[in-house]
Amino acid sequence: MKYIWVLRLAVIAAAIGALEVMCRFGVIDTFTMPPPSKIAADLWRILVTGRYNTAIAKTLGNAAIALALSLGVGIVTALLIYRIKLARETLEPLFATYYAVPVLAFYPLLIILFGVGDVPKILIAFMLSVIAVIVNTLNGLDRVPRVLLKTARAVRMSPIETALSVTLPNAAPHVLTGVKFAVAYSLIGIIGSEFIMSSDGMGFEIAFSYNNFDNATMYPMIALILIISVTLNLLISKWEQIILVRRGLR
Amino acid sequence: MSNVHVSLRNVTKVFRRPGSAGDVHALGPINLDLKLGEFFAVVGPSGCGKSSMLEVIAGLSTATAGEVLFEGTPIDARVPDGVGIVFQEDACFPWLDITENIAVGLRHARISKQERHARVDDAIEMMGLKEFRRSYPAQLSGGMRQRVCIARTLVMAPRLILLDEPFGALDQQTRLLMGEEVLRLWRRTGATIFLITHALDEAAMLADRIGVMSARPGTLMEVIETNWPRERDSRVVETPEFGAITARLWKSLRQESMKSIGRQAALP
Repeated sequence: MKYIWVLRLAVIAAAIGALEVMCRFGVIDTFTMPPPSKIAADLWRILVTGRYNTAIAKTLGNAAIALALSLGVGIVTALLIYRIKLARETLEPLFATYYAVPVLAFYPLLIILFGVGDVPKILIAFMLSVIAVIVNTLNGLDRVPRVLLKTARAVRMSPIETALSVTLPNAAPHVLTGVKFAVAYSLIGIIGSEFIMSSDGMGFEIAFSYNNFDNATMYPMIALILIISVTLNLLISKWEQIILVRRGLR
Repeated sequence: MSNVHVSLRNVTKVFRRPGSAGDVHALGPINLDLKLGEFFAVVGPSGCGKSSMLEVIAGLSTATAGEVLFEGTPIDARVPDGVGIVFQEDACFPWLDITENIAVGLRHARISKQERHARVDDAIEMMGLKEFRRSYPAQLSGGMRQRVCIARTLVMAPRLILLDEPFGALDQQTRLLMGEEVLRLWRRTGATIFLITHALDEAAMLADRIGVMSARPGTLMEVIETNWPRERDSRVVETPEFGAITARLWKSLRQESMKSIGRQAALP
């Protein structure tokens, strides 16, 4: 297991090393992209000076709100759809086509409805991520063995107790897959919205520095988003792994 | 209290199927009284409605006609207090360790923590699970997992225990030993046991009385008394009586089993 991790880290280190070499030897123009070592140093400087702390807090805060909303609404909706056959027959085909909808195109409409502020951005991120939570949670709920549901009835659990104590825990690995997607989509939704029409947040700062040829800000901010997203994803994957090992599935 | 613990009166089960598929008359009418504290087994050809009968008695499914009385009270679509069920399939919750699995019913019955611990410890001791109390189900064999399920039923102190082919997935030696365990628990708890099984030898070894069911729609063709003493174990298989009971069961069932196989063979 540790061997795989070493190998994985080696692949990432090799990719970063190759970029470093290409930048240092002029294969990649350093005006286009600074070497990774410089990006790391700039990122450190940004974090230490705290110059962009407000922007970082704004983006991560909004992404966290969108994530919490999509998890809450997504899991409850999945449980309701799972229980109500008519709702499932009506909605399930729509989920399959949902990703064809360019959610970001609704951003101007949401600004008209809710004004320029955090609400349209959070709604875009929510709209992007909630379906992933619903679809993956439903997938997990469908796999609950019938005998576990009979056992829940045998120990006289109410439908709500059954949902909380049997169906959801059994579906946990699939729910976590939905959470992984939701983390990524929440960040994409918030940062994407900040790119388009906003005066704060990491997306705005990246767009602003891009327009002003400020690579010393743009690349570290991109790197920071990457680090946050990948770290969260790895943590959830680790949790998923623990669950699967415990169940003898890995 | 009357000597009758569970009473089935004209119990019938018909499964309605949508469209032109036609209804399936799975069971009945069945009339049967289970005596307080007896060990009653039911054998029958596959698909004869044995499990449907158990589910109706358990309150997991409602009878299409007739009624089931448990301690004189009709059973509706809810498992009554005092009834415990062990299923054939692995019913351990894979995300809970053994101790938590056994305590599930107690936790939902809002039993105090102290009492819960005492009862779970007792069941763990009784089922020989002491060294696995912090293990997860995936770390145990099929036989051990079934012990956990039995322990989970026992901690609720049921007065009626329903066993739905609980050893069906186990090998023969484990089944014999688990049978002995069940006999021991039956004597210790004084509960009435209703066992569904397809194994004639299992029914002959364990039960006081054995109900023989016909092919679908399952009705009770015969009830055979084994006359075993209450203090018994798997060594009854060495007696000539055991052979006679098993032979008698097979004599009753052979024709019905052939009907059942013929019906299955005729299926598209």
